[in-house]
Amino acid sequence: MIKDITIGQYFPGNSFVHRLDPRFKIGITAVFICMLFSADTFAGLGVAAVFFIISYGLTGLPYKLMTRSIKPIIPIIIFTGFINLFFIDGVPVIKIFGIIITDEALRVTAFMMIRIILLICGSSVLTYTTSPIVLTDAIESILRPLNKVHFPVHELSMMMTIALRFIPTLIEETDKIMSAQKARGAELDSGSFMNRAKALIPILIPLFVSSFRRAEELALAMECRCYRGGEGRTKLKTLSSGLSDYIALSVSILVLCGVIIINMGKVSILHAYTTI
Amino acid sequence: MSAIIRTENLTYTYSPDTPFEKTAVNDVCLEVEDGELVGIIGHTGSGKSTLIQHLNGLIRPTSGRVIIDGQDIWEKGVNLRDIRFKVGIVFQYPEYQIFEETVFKDIAYGPKNMGLDEKQVGERVRETAALIGLDSALLEKSPFELSGGQKRRVAIAGVMAMRPKVLILDEPTAGLDPGGREQVLEEIREYHRRSGSTVLLVSHSMEDVARFATKILVMNHGSVFCYDTPPNVFMRADEIAEMGLSVPQITRVFSLLRKKGIDIRGDVYTVDFALKTINEYIASKGSAREDGHD
Repeated sequence: MIKDITIGQYFPGNSFVHRLDPRFKIGITAVFICMLFSADTFAGLGVAAVFFIISYGLTGLPYKLMTRSIKPIIPIIIFTGFINLFFIDGVPVIKIFGIIITDEALRVTAFMMIRIILLICGSSVLTYTTSPIVLTDAIESILRPLNKVHFPVHELSMMMTIALRFIPTLIEETDKIMSAQKARGAELDSGSFMNRAKALIPILIPLFVSSFRRAEELALAMECRCYRGGEGRTKLKTLSSGLSDYIALSVSILVLCGVIIINMGKVSILHAYTTI
Repeated sequence: MSAIIRTENLTYTYSPDTPFEKTAVNDVCLEVEDGELVGIIGHTGSGKSTLIQHLNGLIRPTSGRVIIDGQDIWEKGVNLRDIRFKVGIVFQYPEYQIFEETVFKDIAYGPKNMGLDEKQVGERVRETAALIGLDSALLEKSPFELSGGQKRRVAIAGVMAMRPKVLILDEPTAGLDPGGREQVLEEIREYHRRSGSTVLLVSHSMEDVARFATKILVMNHGSVFCYDTPPNVFMRADEIAEMGLSVPQITRVFSLLRKKGIDIRGDVYTVDFALKTINEYIASKGSAREDGHD
């Protein structure tokens, strides 16, 4: 069922990672992504992996959750891996039916697969431990300087908040409508393409109708509470950063430096090799 | 009579292996006889809605079996669509599933999916609309122009028109005004009487269920608390009240009377029956007094 999707889902908790300032969490995630893309060697990737495993351990969430969030993207990983396997030059190691797989291809494929997996896992740590509302608050706070150039930061973040807020509601609604139409004999997962497209009408129309109804109700509710945009608006929960946030960010930057140094090390070793 | 619905050790767990894991239905063994009108009660989160979605194969049980009309619905080769025509479910707030341009077309959606021809579909739509109190002039109107109560009727008719052997309604009177509630319940009862099919009525309100049902199923924390005829269920009115369910007011009055030491029967759940019981009691008291005097 659609309800079982865990990507982008928030799991409430009170761990060190949960308590970090969301702005810093976004920063740390960005640093982690830099680590992954600056790493040239397995050693560098390994350091990033260790960094991820430790930070995930700090969230106190079960490791099983990670495997569930990776599952849906396995086909993509395999597909990209498969393509890489045959199109990279190097020293041939396997030859079957005229297909040549080189050592370099194997290395690049493995490297890339690990990198994609770590990328998904790393960003999952952010969404698993930060509620969507707090996340948009953080984005609003990070983007605030753009107000100077008349970019509607508050409106943007309000739209994001509303969109995020209604995703679960709409998923639930879709689920309900699908059940109701299936109970009336709708066939959603069989038949030709045209038939399947037609079968969507009984689901989309009620969904649209209820979205409009909800939008109207929400607009009315906001109006009743005198909502008038971002000007002079204060927050119930203001974001605050403390010593631990700075420490966490510094640690991640240090690890990034480590990865870069490892890269340089590799270059010099290679260099040494070629000169010999 | 044979059991039309049977569940064996039915268990269902939501979101297994996540912190949100929750067992909604726990080891439910149930047998519903053909032609019964069963009231299902239980407070929010007691697993009523999850249970009924198993009965037409919308949810696959985590473990256990669902047997409809002698057929295990998860056996290989069973077409779930046929099961869904046999077991019709009207969900909560069913008016949100309406999508067609006219009332007629919306009611006809189910029968059409069954593969009936135009004539049969037309007959069924008109017949069902009349049964549920929809004026034939409404049939060519857009369902979105109707009032809330009428929309509700259109949606219920959409499932009734498939003439399922078992009709399940999840809170069909939620959000209606008292007059509308009374009418819809009466129409459901009428449908049960005329079609002779099995009807399962999920409700919060004991009062609604008590008057019509031939049997009552009380759910608590995903398990069956009891499944029996209304008098036997209301004998346990105190336990049911403790679970946080409202028992009919008249039953509460009688249970209070019993607590005061008055020896009166405890299976009273309608006002008419209460009147009879009190008269009987007074009569017996009166004769007892006379006996004492003599």
